[in-house]
Amino acid sequence: MTTTVRLDVNGEVREVRADGATPLLDVLRDQLGLVGAKRGCSYGVCGTCTVLIDGMAARACLAVAADCEGRAIETVEALAPGPDRLHPIQAALARAGAVQCGFCIPGVVMAARALLAVNPAPDEDAVREALSGQMCRCSGYGALVEAIVGMGRPQDG
Amino acid sequence: MADTLAVGRGIPRLEAPAKLTGRAVYVDDIRRPGMLHAALLLAPHAHARIVSVDVSAALALPGVRCVLTGDDLPHRFGAFVKDETVLARGTVRYFGEPVAAVAADDLATARAAVDLIVATYEDRPSVMDPDAALAPGAPVLHADFATYERRRASPLPPNVCAETTIAEGDAEAAFAGCDVVVEGVFETQPQVHCYLEPCGAVAEVDDRGRVTIWSPCQSVFRVQATVAEALDLPMSRVRAIATMVGGAFGGKSDVTVQPAAALLAMRTGRPVKLVLSRNDDFLSMRTRHPARVRVRTGAMRDGTLVARTVDLTLDGGAYAEDSGAVLGFALLMARGPYRIPHVRCVGRAVYTNRLRAAGFRGYGNPQVTFAGEAQIDDIAARLGLDPVEIRLRNAMRTGDRWVGGQELASCGLTECLEAVRDAARAVRRPPPAPGRRRGTGFSAIAHICGILSTSAVLKVLEDGTLTLNTGAVDLGEGSDTVLAQICAEALQVPVDRVNFAVPDTDGSPYNWSTGGSRVTYMVGRAVTAAAADVREKLFAHAADMMECAAIDLELRPGGKVGIAGVPGREVGFRAISMRAHWAVGGPVIGTASVMFEGGFDPKRTEMTGDGIGRLGTYVFGAQAAEVEVDEATGEVRVLEVWSAHDVGRAINPLAVAGQIQGGVAQGLGYALMEDLVYDGERPANPSLADYKVPGAPDLPPIRPIIVEHPEPTGPFGAKGIGEPPVIGVAPAVRNAIAAATGVRLAVLPMTPERVLDALSAQEERSDDGTGD
Repeated sequence: MTTTVRLDVNGEVREVRADGATPLLDVLRDQLGLVGAKRGCSYGVCGTCTVLIDGMAARACLAVAADCEGRAIETVEALAPGPDRLHPIQAALARAGAVQCGFCIPGVVMAARALLAVNPAPDEDAVREALSGQMCRCSGYGALVEAIVGMGRPQDG
Repeated sequence: MADTLAVGRGIPRLEAPAKLTGRAVYVDDIRRPGMLHAALLLAPHAHARIVSVDVSAALALPGVRCVLTGDDLPHRFGAFVKDETVLARGTVRYFGEPVAAVAADDLATARAAVDLIVATYEDRPSVMDPDAALAPGAPVLHADFATYERRRASPLPPNVCAETTIAEGDAEAAFAGCDVVVEGVFETQPQVHCYLEPCGAVAEVDDRGRVTIWSPCQSVFRVQATVAEALDLPMSRVRAIATMVGGAFGGKSDVTVQPAAALLAMRTGRPVKLVLSRNDDFLSMRTRHPARVRVRTGAMRDGTLVARTVDLTLDGGAYAEDSGAVLGFALLMARGPYRIPHVRCVGRAVYTNRLRAAGFRGYGNPQVTFAGEAQIDDIAARLGLDPVEIRLRNAMRTGDRWVGGQELASCGLTECLEAVRDAARAVRRPPPAPGRRRGTGFSAIAHICGILSTSAVLKVLEDGTLTLNTGAVDLGEGSDTVLAQICAEALQVPVDRVNFAVPDTDGSPYNWSTGGSRVTYMVGRAVTAAAADVREKLFAHAADMMECAAIDLELRPGGKVGIAGVPGREVGFRAISMRAHWAVGGPVIGTASVMFEGGFDPKRTEMTGDGIGRLGTYVFGAQAAEVEVDEATGEVRVLEVWSAHDVGRAINPLAVAGQIQGGVAQGLGYALMEDLVYDGERPANPSLADYKVPGAPDLPPIRPIIVEHPEPTGPFGAKGIGEPPVIGVAPAVRNAIAAATGVRLAVLPMTPERVLDALSAQEERSDDGTGD
């Protein structure tokens, strides 16, 4: 049965329509116009729809929207302070040349954000583990890993 | 590189911020007013006669607006053989072939309607591999093949869609004089492109009755041409626009779902979105050609290679698509990058009741290179030679001629081989744990960049900034950025003053495709030529404005034209363009059209069938992999990969490194794990959960090594890099396994089971005392 569900998305309470099975991803993309989370498989394997739920990386295609009431949902759209100003994670990925086709990138950004929140200076193994659910077919992961590891190092200057 | 403004600089790509913030628009992100959603019915048989398709229940479902079947789309299309319709008509030829298409108010309704379509089939015997397809009396997939329109209309045996021979010298005679002749049969599997973005399209009929199609594709012009053919429309009634492309790798080279979306839009008068589910994409799109390659190579005792023969059978699947070209190209590359005077390469592409095979990064080259480069190591082992030394001894060099006679204007193969050898040998690791064996393997590779025609239009806007329009689609490799860098360098302006236009058949000049590693090289040539045209026109204005001769003028950084040797005497692009727009001559627009015209000498080289002569400029590279093999489980862990490529000149070293690392990763998947397995007539693992592609923890450090031997015909000396990094990975890993364990594998992927079986067989042989 479709009901109204109140979701806290990117710090704003939004009312959406969902039944007991509607995936969070459908609500984000189709009702709220937040298309940064991508649909690569719809069954929790590719990681292109990764968002944060209460700070933890989660698959929006597997999360049930109605279960997310009262929890803080964050999508990639919340990160950059402005169109020409990137979040430090985003800037690091751009500098490293880690962005190719870009379809995996919003999910990677969110997975990196979840990792860095609990482990501000991850080593390479920790980063590879954190990205284990984020498929990328373009990069071979090297530049993604390098950029995220670099976030934990003291910055020059 | 301090003398350059833009070329040679590893700048982040232009569209990175949009992709990083989620603002980049992919096809599934598009919404149009009144848009319908579509879904496909896929066939549950590999080979069957369609008895009937009853769509009445589907049409009766509220919200359903249109149902199409094969009878609505009767026109056959295909680049080499016109053998395919958008929806199956009369016969289905592979499990997953689209049979019907539904458009409805929402996706759930469209999918529910698909389930209400009642299709009945009469099963036919299937042929699931080339041996079965070529057997006497085998079921014939295309009974009307003889009546199909084909690019080359010579007779072919049943179930064969292309045949080719390429030969030079006299290989059979030359074998007799060789000290050693090694023969082997190698087999490769169907690898799935697995672009992260499933195929899709949005189509809409505009107010003039034309159909506009937004889609991720490798060429808006091929989409336009093929949709026009499939729908029997003039090309002028079809407009194709590229969206952001979430990966392609060859899998979005031909049309995917654009024709069905276009006809649904035309029938309903509403915009229609058709995006495949991941599993429907697996079942109905494409794979790399599975191949069987029989190779024979003859050498002298000192390692000099003398002769090679190759017999290649490609499994083309149910429809020919690009099989003829993949076959011809594979055979052109099958000699390998060596000075082998006697060579005979023959092959065929065969229809089977599998998913159609198509171009996939490397285009037939990974299959023949796996075989050929494995065999080079086998010869080295037989002769007791170092595997890098034997390659260096025979390596092609600048000035040598490829099969067909085309002279190499640049060839950094020797340097690439030395670079990966030195890098691999410099590594020191602690010894492996007991039960694990370690080894390093090498491969040498060649490929092309080029192919057919392309063009560019460069407009100087009133304020002196530039709009570059080439029609080339950036699939994620960074070509928009690289072309903007080439343009910026040619006119000495900052990259941010070059606007790169979205490919659109209405406004863009023709570009054959993003494929064949061609965009940097071919479109780059068009861009430099268009920039030269602009420069000449700017100079004519500047000469008038400063009352001097155009020959005395020079470009100055920042978008200015000055009198050489007279500092301060200069005019900006803005002033020139304002004059051109408002006073004299009209807007400054530079144009260029180019065609790759290489040489193929029929007196030197025999070529029959769908062989390909004038393809492109040759590119070279070398790869090395160090592996550790677990003797108890057969698991192969790759410790590190080195990949050296002569790119002529790296326009953007960051993007080049990205291409190398990503290509090697796909090569490692091909080498070790990826395989679309058939369980009888149906794919057993058509999902990302069951078809394993490498993840972040699976992959080792991948070390790109950029070698630069400028190519005289390339833009600022550049050559292509898109495909080469995938090509030699599987043989390098195979040769590393051989170096570690002595087992010489011949079948991809090299799964733990296959490695363990080979290790066990080796053990049995040595127990029998029959081992070598």
